[in-house]
Amino acid sequence: MTLDARLVVARPAFTLDVALRVAPGEVVALLGPNGAGKTTALRALAGLTPMSGGRISLRGRPLHTLPAEGRPIGMVFQDYLLFPHLSALDNVAFGPRCQGVPRAEARRAAAVLLERVGLADRAAARPRELSGGQAQRVALARALAVRPELLLLDEPLAALDAHTRLEIRSQLRRHLADFDGATVLVTHDPLDAMVLADRLIVIEGGAVVQQGTPAEVARRPRTDYVARLVGLNLYRGVADGSRVTVGELALHTCEQLEGPAFVAFPPAAVALYRSRPDGSPRNLWQARIEGIERHGDNVRVHLDGPVTAFADITPAAVADLDLSAGQRIWVSVKATETHAYAA
Amino acid sequence: MSSTAPEQLDVPGPRGRTARGREVTGRPPWMLVVPALAGLAFLILPLAGLLVRAPWSTLLQRLAEPHVLEALRLSLVSATIATAVCLLFGVPLAWLLARVEFPGRRLVRALVTVPLVLPPVVGGVALLLVLGRRGLAGQWLEATFGVTLPFTTAGVVIAEAFVAMPFLVISVEGALRGADQRFEEAAATLGASRWTVFRRVTLPMVMPGVVAGAVLCWARALGEFGATITFAGNFPGTTRTMPLAVYLALETEPEAAIVLSLVLLAVSVVILASLRDRWVSAP
Repeated sequence: MTLDARLVVARPAFTLDVALRVAPGEVVALLGPNGAGKTTALRALAGLTPMSGGRISLRGRPLHTLPAEGRPIGMVFQDYLLFPHLSALDNVAFGPRCQGVPRAEARRAAAVLLERVGLADRAAARPRELSGGQAQRVALARALAVRPELLLLDEPLAALDAHTRLEIRSQLRRHLADFDGATVLVTHDPLDAMVLADRLIVIEGGAVVQQGTPAEVARRPRTDYVARLVGLNLYRGVADGSRVTVGELALHTCEQLEGPAFVAFPPAAVALYRSRPDGSPRNLWQARIEGIERHGDNVRVHLDGPVTAFADITPAAVADLDLSAGQRIWVSVKATETHAYAA
Repeated sequence: MSSTAPEQLDVPGPRGRTARGREVTGRPPWMLVVPALAGLAFLILPLAGLLVRAPWSTLLQRLAEPHVLEALRLSLVSATIATAVCLLFGVPLAWLLARVEFPGRRLVRALVTVPLVLPPVVGGVALLLVLGRRGLAGQWLEATFGVTLPFTTAGVVIAEAFVAMPFLVISVEGALRGADQRFEEAAATLGASRWTVFRRVTLPMVMPGVVAGAVLCWARALGEFGATITFAGNFPGTTRTMPLAVYLALETEPEAAIVLSLVLLAVSVVILASLRDRWVSAP
């Protein structure tokens, strides 16, 4: 393990306590809602927020005893924080200069890095003359220029518009793949996390609630937050064979399980009927429509009943069914569309 | 406004004007306009008087008089050295107040601003009590180094620095507080020590505040009268600065006083002009 850390930061109304291990070359994303403590965790790794407990070891050496300027890290901040009075080149050369590299040599190294991120022609530009995507790449080059063993990225794509984001995301992915140290990135965007990270650590309320590969987390969410993020309906119940009891509702699945279990199904798997359907599907219940909203090309219907659920249906279906808020309706989900796993 | 396409206006007024024009605000009330104009006259008329009464025909000749040049040179040199002293000590003091948490910081900040509100004469008396030949530190300075400060040009510099330093400290501290400290954090993650952070990130970013503070400081030092005459005295060539020369000349030859005043006025106008640009250009 390159990075092995337990980060504890106690604040009056909030305590962060997370453990994380990152292998060499691995990219770990800390994912979580606002205020979950992701950025605090990253700042603790960087030495910018003092820890009230825990430890950090990087390649077997303790890191938490060093001040920020003594840690072999590179950090990319959410709004980049490029020094406004220095050119792009001097921003990148700043770290090597602090490490005692002579000016000419530091600038040569900076020029190579700028070229690598495709900004050789913007070397003389001041940060305010750079576009958002260019500033992001300069910030990455600046962080890499110190040859860090640990790369920290705080919401690296959050400040970009949708179009630039797409392009920078794939570039960032390539650069992270080239980097052989450990990378920890913080994001609240599941797509960024899925594309950039080898492993996700989901943090809620200062604690780790789930971790795994992006595919695992997306397929088997363990909290409402993650389920919403990956777009699934999620319930916790008790399994008895192929039946999971959630409150007063029994949901049938294809998996065989015993004991506490999660059941998840996508909103697109939910069908709605004005009257009780014939042929009685196994998972059928009556619900009340809480609200109806556009969701991409479809319509998302919020359902209240024995369980709350989202259903995604086509606008044509909304018109056919003549749906409106407050209405009672029949809800069904095929057993083959539900997915159960141990809680 | 555009009479060519009035149909495009969304809220046409009586004559095709939109509602948010002069019609709503109306005429400024005379209760405000009259005192405002009186205040303006009060500020401008004395300066106009100075210009009207100036002996323009003999101006250059009077400016070239040795004692005028001497006073001017002494003023410029001592104000510049005092500003340099203030920069040397005031910028670190401002940094300490803005960046380091220590007990009694609020008290220290209040103490720093005391010379701002203290009558300069009182400052001069206080300096005499501490640095005078019989003063607490002055005795020691004379015994150890053979240095006496009162009634010397060094004393002028000290009196001016004492009075002017708060202007610099307040200006720089304000700039430091306004500067985004996350840039300093970013520098720390790149391996910069606190001194390097200050030198290469903090100072360049607050430079407009430092320059503005230095200009204010210099202007205050140039105009210093009370503390200087009390602590450094009034000796031609060594401690008689422009303001002292103006005061003295007023008793004997008023025209010379006017000429000297005009020089100081010109310097003030130049400072104001340079400062305006500094204020306008944001850091």
